Parts: sequence; structure tokens; C-alpha cells
Amino acid sequence: MFGLLDSWSARIYALLLLVLAAAPFIFDWIDQPFYLDLLSRGLILAIAVVSLNLILGFGGMVSLGHAAYIGIGAYAVGIPSYYDYYNGWLHLALALAVSAVFALVTGAVSLRTKGVYFIMITMAFGQMMYFTFLSLEEYGADDGLVIYSRSEFPDFISMDSSTGLYYWIFGLLLASLLFVHRLVHARFGRVIVGSRFNEQRMQALGFDTYRYRLACYVISAMMCGVAGMLLGNFTSFISPDMIGWARSGELIFMVIIGGVASFMGPLVGTLVFVILEEALSAITVYWHLIFGIMLVALVLFGKGGIHGWLCLLDRQRSEHD
Amino acid sequence: MTDHLLKVSALCKHFGGIVATDHVDLAVEQGQVHAIIGPNGAGKTTLIGQLSGQIKPDSGNIEFGGRSIINHSMARRAREGLARSFQITSVVMPMTLLENVMLAVQGASGHSFRFWSPVSKDQALQDEAMLSLAEVGLDDRARRIAANLSHGEQRQLEVAMALAMKPRMLLLDEPMAGMGKEEGAAMVEILNRLKGGITILLVEHDMDAVFSTADKLSVLVNGHIIATDSVDNIRGNVEVQKAYLGDGHA
Repeated sequence: MFGLLDSWSARIYALLLLVLAAAPFIFDWIDQPFYLDLLSRGLILAIAVVSLNLILGFGGMVSLGHAAYIGIGAYAVGIPSYYDYYNGWLHLALALAVSAVFALVTGAVSLRTKGVYFIMITMAFGQMMYFTFLSLEEYGADDGLVIYSRSEFPDFISMDSSTGLYYWIFGLLLASLLFVHRLVHARFGRVIVGSRFNEQRMQALGFDTYRYRLACYVISAMMCGVAGMLLGNFTSFISPDMIGWARSGELIFMVIIGGVASFMGPLVGTLVFVILEEALSAITVYWHLIFGIMLVALVLFGKGGIHGWLCLLDRQRSEHD
Repeated sequence: MTDHLLKVSALCKHFGGIVATDHVDLAVEQGQVHAIIGPNGAGKTTLIGQLSGQIKPDSGNIEFGGRSIINHSMARRAREGLARSFQITSVVMPMTLLENVMLAVQGASGHSFRFWSPVSKDQALQDEAMLSLAEVGLDDRARRIAANLSHGEQRQLEVAMALAMKPRMLLLDEPMAGMGKEEGAAMVEILNRLKGGITILLVEHDMDAVFSTADKLSVLVNGHIIATDSVDNIRGNVEVQKAYLGDGHA
């Protein structure tokens, strides 16, 4: 999937995936079930961040409203469950379909703008979704909505146990990593990447860049909707708090920590974010301050994020050989 | 009646109070190299911009292959066979030469809503791209990053990308801009190789290059075409010399 294991970064990533694959057994063995919860949440967010990196990193579309799709996915579990529809395939189909439609409509408008205007307009649409959920009295409004039972997948892997849910998450994460990797190297992805650097040239080559970018935006939103569907199942509770613009900002930070426009960066960045958040908040209630300083330092000095550092390591190693 | 591939009639464009294109009439014959010369600020690049669809004219008409393309987008015109190169080098800098030209081949070969097969395993796509690179003499540098090329090589890459689209007509906007003598000579050689096989509208400052490649010349001054004729006749045209060439060429 990531070529041969001929570089240190590839080996480290492969090892990481192996550890993640075995995580439920490892945490069971050391008798720390809480860690599995933490990791499940991290990997769900990682799917959202992988999807954001597709448009932000590879496509150059900085969306500050991506958390809206997490909300859509989560409510695609919560609202049907409220009416006793627990079929997971239904939830998944709803999450994908509603995300696609919302992304198609808002993306069609947003992608007419560029730069900071695009950031602002995606944020505005995201907040629109936030206030919509906030006003839905029937579904708990700002109190949120409790999901009493997880999505049901008859004759398939059950989400009921935390291990079962974890492998759902891990499987879908692998699928999204593979999908983005294939997509970016396929014809479609070349057009997306080319448009990020030189949209005018791409148009002169015959590409209606708007259509390709819109399609990419919709694909990314659908992937993020899947993350939301998993998050709804994981937390068993959903509230508009999950999808405000500050959440979208966190997703962007996770992309930056891992390394913009890298394939494994989003996963690593998300894990580091979630673990740091957990560790620092255990030390002090002022953890946001420390966290903020770390992020500023990273943006200033750590160009390319963690993936960038690993690539530096690769280069140093190859010079030694 | 000769066979005109591109026909421009009464094209006008104003930017505020400035008239950039003033009732331009232009007809380019199939298979010819038609050059447009004119002093700085005459509106040459604005004209190319309108032909390629980047700039919307105020009025007038553009026919390509007998059909009006005035309402077609830049991308659509490119797919219909009207390819252009840019005066200021415009390639995808972080990509390799091969990747750049492969994008051009891709642009001319149907839609690119293909999500799964990697282009690096698409031998047909690569072969075609390599052919275009070979045409401009860059095939030995195919794997280099575009940003690391010399200015002259980037200009050649521009032309290779336009060629890779298999266009019916090339719009070349000062392909020799900023080039040294040697690089310029290489470009003239490329143009002369293409001559006859493909219809070219060439906007160029370099008089020697224009005189040695063009079949026909149009002189653009203040947005208006003051003369269109064969190269020899333009050379002898006193009005043109006054307006543009200066006394040195007389």
C-alpha cells in the first residue's frame, strides 16, 4: 500500500498500523480498557482529518466548516434511532447521502470564492448547520440527544462491544487512507493537485477545474460524514457542541501537526493531538495555554509537520548509507 | 475563399477608459504561422486572452473551425483544440516535467473523473507525454522538477504542454520572452519544425524570430490592427516601420 518498506518513515508508519491493528489485545493484556476508548476517539477523528486533508492539503481548499459533516453523520445515527430505526446500513447511507447533498449545495457556492473568502464562507455554512441542530427542540437542541443503542449490522461485525466498534473504526480508517492514496495518484487526483498550484493553467489544459474541485469537496464531505456516524455510535450521545467552528479549527490543527498533503500525516497528527490533549489536561487545568504555545511553535518552526520530520530522517539516513 | 481556421471580427475590449482591443479583425489560415507584432502595451496579450477564453470581450465575434466560440469557457476552447502557452511561464512548478505534460495529455483525452488507477502505471499516457517532451528536446530531463529548470527550459515545457493537447491551433504568447540568444534559437528551431503541421498564432517581440518563422504578419498598435500582409510586404511597409520597427530597420 505504501510502497516497499525502503525508508524509515514507511517502516515507522507500518509499525504504527500494526500496533493499531493489535491495540484491543494490547490494552486488554495490560488491563487498561480506557486507552481503547481514547484510541477509538482518536481514530474516528483521524478519518475526519484524512478527509479534510484531501481538500485542504491536496486540493488547497481550506475549509473551516468540516465539523458540520461530523454532525450530519452523528445525527444520521441519532435521529433514526430516536424513532427506533437502528439499522446501521440505513444510518451509513443517510450519513453519506445527507453529507453529499449538503456539500454539493454549499460547495457549489463556496468554490466560487478563493482564499480567505472560501474559509469564511465554509465557516458560515458550518455554523448554519450548528445553529440548525441547536434549534431542533425535538432532538434535544443544545442539551443533545442520547443514542440508546448502537447501529445494528445484522449478519456483519457488531458494533456493540468496544472491540467490535474499534475494528469498524480501524477498518474504515484503513479504507479512507487507501482511498485517498489511490485518488491522489489517479487522473482525478492529478487534476486536483494541479489546480491547487496553478488553476489557470489547468483550465487552459481543458479542465473545468470548478467541477473537479466540487466533486473532490463532496467526496471529502462524505468521508467526514462516515466519521460522524462512527462518532455518534462511539459517544452514544450527540450535541451541537461537536460541530461548532472551533471543532473545525481543531481538525485543521491536526492536519498541520501531521503534515499537510501527506498520506499518513493526518493519522499521526490526530493521534498526537488527542494524546497531548489527554496528557496535558491531566496535569493542569490551564492545559490549553501549553497546548497553544506548542501549536504556535510547530507552525513557526516545524514546517511539514511530523511527516516532514520523518522525511528529514529519511534523507539523513540515505546520506549515511 | 481560403480556409480560415480562426476568424475574429470586430473584437472590442475596454478596461475602464483604456481601449485594449479596438475592432480587431483577424483571419488565420489553416496550416499557417500567423504572427502578431506590436509595441509594448499594444494589447497583444489581451487579444490572446480573449481568443483563449481567459478574458471576456465587450463585443465582436470569434469563430474557430467555422463555429462561434465566443461563449465557450477557456477549458472548453482548449478541449475543442485551441491550446495556448503563457507569456509568463505557467506550469505546475512542484511537479516533474513528465507529470506536467501528462496533465496536458489527460486534459485532451476525455474526462478525468477516474478515481482508482494510478497515472504512473498508465503507459499510454506516459508515452504520449514523452513524445511531446521529445518534440521540444526535453525528454532527457523528464523526471526533473519544473521549478528547477532554467527559464528557457520552462518556456520549452510550456510549448510541450500545449503540443501534448494535440491542438488544431496553437496560441503562443511570446514563447521567447526573457530568453537568451541560444535558447531563443532553439525555440525558433522548434517553431520551424512545427510549421506546416499545425496552425500557429504567434505573438512575439523578437523580430528576427518572427521574420524567420511567420507566413503572415499582423501589426497591432493601440489595440488596432493597422496592417496584415506577408512578411516581405510588411518589411517594406513604411507606415509599419514608423509605428513600430523604428528607423533602425528601415
